[in-house]
Amino acid sequence: MVSRITDDYARMATAGCVAVTEPAFWAGFDRSSAAGFHDYFRQLTESEPRRAAAYGIAHHAWICINPKEAEDHGFAREVMSMIPEFLSRPNVLGVGEIGLNRNSKTELTVFEEHLEIAAQHNSLVLIHTPHLEDKLKGTRLILDAIAAHGKINPARILVDHVEEHTVRMVLDRGMWAGMTLYPDTKCTAARAVDIMEMHGTERIWMNSAGDWGHSDPLAVPKAVVTMRARGHTAADIHKISFGNPLAFLSQSGNFSVNAPRPTIA
Amino acid sequence: MTTPEGKPPLDRKTLIDLGFIDARAKVLDIAAFLDRLDRASGADAPADFRVDAIRSALEIARDASPARAERILKCWSDPTTQPVAHADGKAARGAHPPHTS
Repeated sequence: MVSRITDDYARMATAGCVAVTEPAFWAGFDRSSAAGFHDYFRQLTESEPRRAAAYGIAHHAWICINPKEAEDHGFAREVMSMIPEFLSRPNVLGVGEIGLNRNSKTELTVFEEHLEIAAQHNSLVLIHTPHLEDKLKGTRLILDAIAAHGKINPARILVDHVEEHTVRMVLDRGMWAGMTLYPDTKCTAARAVDIMEMHGTERIWMNSAGDWGHSDPLAVPKAVVTMRARGHTAADIHKISFGNPLAFLSQSGNFSVNAPRPTIA
Repeated sequence: MTTPEGKPPLDRKTLIDLGFIDARAKVLDIAAFLDRLDRASGADAPADFRVDAIRSALEIARDASPARAERILKCWSDPTTQPVAHADGKAARGAHPPHTS
């Protein structure tokens, strides 16, 4: 939410949102120093929780160097060395969003090193799967790397941005599958509901994207409207939009749906 | 929510009533996009793999077999299995160029 206006928090609160989780992400440009990441991690763990709390929303973060900035291995390692310092912050849920972007060898190495950090700190893991034509190959590489690493319980891993051609392989490995709703790329609400109809409601959820690109923080509430129109029960809607995220995220002792008392910076 | 067959809660007629106008608009948008390309200068340039990908997807969409969305996504996907030596830029293009497979 660092790239969104405060009014988005107001709209989300109005729509019933009580908590958000914000992955460390690419800023739209490459940071020029590891110190830039340190400042960004402070923003995710200090200022953004305050901004969300003003609207009664509990803010949580995931810490990593996003695969889009992982092509320089030395730089990535410098950033990764700062991760443990932030994993102990009270709003941090784990390591993420890690994964692959263009499926390069260096991205894969950095991903494996992130997995090891998560294993050493017993952290939850949030995984970004690549975009568009790179998603199928990248998801396979990611799942194989997790299996080869073998130190993290699959039930503590969320593989995000699944679509029709990747959801089954994620669920079959015992991991959680996230369907990120976007206006153009990834899943639309209609397709996400199709996927749930075909693959069930166990270990699967939808999430809104609130990044600097074309995205809609209210995508999940709008998808709930789609589910109602398509005849789904209130119990199933609650499970997908609240119960499942709560079950996965509560594996971190830092997750709460109760926002801290608002404070002034 | 899910039946063993993956059937949606609503019947076919109701789903058509709900979704036809939206699907109709999207089909027209694709047709208009292709018409726009035909009207544009540069029509004698080599074929663009992205436009070819859309035409391939349309063939899948109109066939009678199930899992059309999944098959279209696979049709557009990079078919290789090994990591690339270096990232070729940050952005994916939406379909895989056939000559790089």
